[in-house]
Amino acid sequence: MSTTEHNSHNAHSEHSEYIDSDTGKMGMWLFLFTEIFLFGGLFIVYAVMRSKYGEDFHQAALELNAFIGATNTVVLLVSSMTVAMSLTAIQKDQKNLAIGLIFFTILLAGVFLVNKYFEYGHKFSLNLYPGSDVMRNLPHGEIMFFGLYFLMTGLHLFHVVVGGILLTIIIFKIKSGRINKEHFLLHENGALYWHLVDLIWIFLFPLLYLIT
Amino acid sequence: MNNQTSTAPLNYLNHQTGLWSWLSSSDHKRIGLLYFYCIVTFFLSAAVLGLLMKIEKVAPGQTIMTAQTYNAMFTLHGIIMIFIVVIPGLAAVFGNLMLPIMIGAKDVAFPKLNLFSFYLFFGGACLALYSQFANGHAPDTGWTFYVPYSAEASSNVVLALTAAFTLGFASILTGLNFIVTIHTMRAPGMTWFRMPLFPWSLYATAWIQLLATPVVGITLLMVIAERTLHVGFFDPKLGGDPVLYQHLFWIYSHPAVYVMILPAMGVVTEIFPTFSQKPVFGYVPIALSSLAIALVGYFVWGHHMFTSGMSYESRWFFSLLTFLVAIPSAIKVFNWLSTMYGGSVDLQPPLLYAISFIFLFTIGGFTGLTLGAVATDIQVHNTDFVVAHFHYIIFGGMGFGFFAAIHYWFPKIYGRLYHIRWANIGWGILFTGFNLLYFPMFIMGIQGMPRRYYDYDPKFQLGQTISTIGAVILFIGLITMISNLIYHAKKGALAPANPWHGVTLEWQIPSPPPHENFDEIPVITKGPYVFDNPYTK
Repeated sequence: MSTTEHNSHNAHSEHSEYIDSDTGKMGMWLFLFTEIFLFGGLFIVYAVMRSKYGEDFHQAALELNAFIGATNTVVLLVSSMTVAMSLTAIQKDQKNLAIGLIFFTILLAGVFLVNKYFEYGHKFSLNLYPGSDVMRNLPHGEIMFFGLYFLMTGLHLFHVVVGGILLTIIIFKIKSGRINKEHFLLHENGALYWHLVDLIWIFLFPLLYLIT
Repeated sequence: MNNQTSTAPLNYLNHQTGLWSWLSSSDHKRIGLLYFYCIVTFFLSAAVLGLLMKIEKVAPGQTIMTAQTYNAMFTLHGIIMIFIVVIPGLAAVFGNLMLPIMIGAKDVAFPKLNLFSFYLFFGGACLALYSQFANGHAPDTGWTFYVPYSAEASSNVVLALTAAFTLGFASILTGLNFIVTIHTMRAPGMTWFRMPLFPWSLYATAWIQLLATPVVGITLLMVIAERTLHVGFFDPKLGGDPVLYQHLFWIYSHPAVYVMILPAMGVVTEIFPTFSQKPVFGYVPIALSSLAIALVGYFVWGHHMFTSGMSYESRWFFSLLTFLVAIPSAIKVFNWLSTMYGGSVDLQPPLLYAISFIFLFTIGGFTGLTLGAVATDIQVHNTDFVVAHFHYIIFGGMGFGFFAAIHYWFPKIYGRLYHIRWANIGWGILFTGFNLLYFPMFIMGIQGMPRRYYDYDPKFQLGQTISTIGAVILFIGLITMISNLIYHAKKGALAPANPWHGVTLEWQIPSPPPHENFDEIPVITKGPYVFDNPYTK
């Protein structure tokens, strides 16, 4: 049993600044699975309720503005593209381009939030929110629809905000050089997360807006 | 420092000192011990609650507490035992302590995330406690949080739900960490089928943690939304469906049973070969049956709801699948027994616990089939029979697996030996008390004693009294076992590196292990259970 080598435990902390890229990416993919399962629970409730109250869902969906929904879909799709482009840029060592593209992505996330703000605001002005008196007197299926609408888009909104924060952190890390041509794991994982935000919306949009 | 190391080599316990070095350490072994102390503390307090409930039932009528207190007690007992003790238990404690060593790695894949999961766990546990003592009433819904009661009860249900959500998140991150660790950090030469079987069981467990826990997470969030925003998914007055809640809840909570039991199976699978000095019988079937249990276990949740209103076809379907899970479990039991057959069996405390694990688990498993069959389930649903069944599985299975694990790895963890005779005595008391406590509940359950009642018909007097006596004996056994371990963790004789003549990697390094586990990452050239004796050839 050697005694000198036990003192070398500092080597450990020196390594941990950069996690091996394959390992880190695998962790992220697994985390994304859990996110999908998290939303999966809501999709199950949606499926059950829609099969029970198909007609009410149709009626309630007429209240949603498909134009704003479609705009937000395009916004998120484009933002997914820009975040992917920024990753290619950092791999080609084009720091400023990468930062610009992420900045643009965050800007699009902002546009999404503003649209959502107007949508929610409109619903609230009509007293269409869970627990309101108007809502309580609607047919059962419509109550379920709006409950799902708020919970699903609300949880998605929370993910948009988290994604935005993550992208902001990435900008700062690119600036400080901690994300660079060799080490871009966080950048890649952030982009993966952003794609998930986009992906979930791709399912939410038709299920909520396009069933009229 | 060098003078000191020449006499006693530094290890993970003493290479850094001070409370902060423990609270901020991302060393998997230290995190494992933090979990260990937390979980044992919670286990003992919830065990006291269990004892109090049993004392209440020593005689018919109100004995020491009111009905409302009793309801709060079984809720707290359930929440602590399930979410804080049993689900994280073996994976977080012994998974953290032993998994990286057993696969020849220096740590888990994401050490900092590991520490973060611990604090999430700790925060969730504190929140669960807080929900009991904050303003208002302690939750009285039972650990299952069934709607509509959980959506309407005036007690602190939201806090308890948030606690369960947080604990679930910690569990997800631990599972994620273990999957990536097992995929990417096995020592060179350690192929999948050269990996010891405890890591295999942790691997299956981790997948369940990862894929099932988010579902309960969102379900608990929906109940919170139900209470705070009145969305009404589970409220029939608004068009919702309470049975839907039960589906969503059990989609997670049944697989969670396998999160509890699979690592315990993994532990005893390590113990049988070591104390028989013989390779494990049927390595590949054991490894794959873990995955089979994880997979099939995902599709049996409906058997909790045979009386809740389900179609004939779905009851038939879930009953069939429930019976199918018994097959991989039975494969394991067969393999453990065959491993001992013809080996040089050394009846040390870990093996005693492992053998009683088989005994109790088998009783729990067979009564599980009674519950899985639709006709008999309707007879015994919501009776003490169910309570006895899952205590045989969870306490007799996971609990005894945990005790087996601590008696097996104790010399490795602390570098000290416990007192063998006292460990055996503790085991004897514990085992006797356990059966006295729970076996009468099977009989009373068949006779119609409902679960979760603080009072009972005088005709159950005899069985209830035996059960209470069993609870007291069980508690004495716990104290005997734990005091033996606590005392000898500091004062015991120094343990050699390999006191049990095990052959897996953790026995090839010093006790306690050095901070970095291995001076040099080992290269694996053979399977995990190759003993240096005639059986190997």
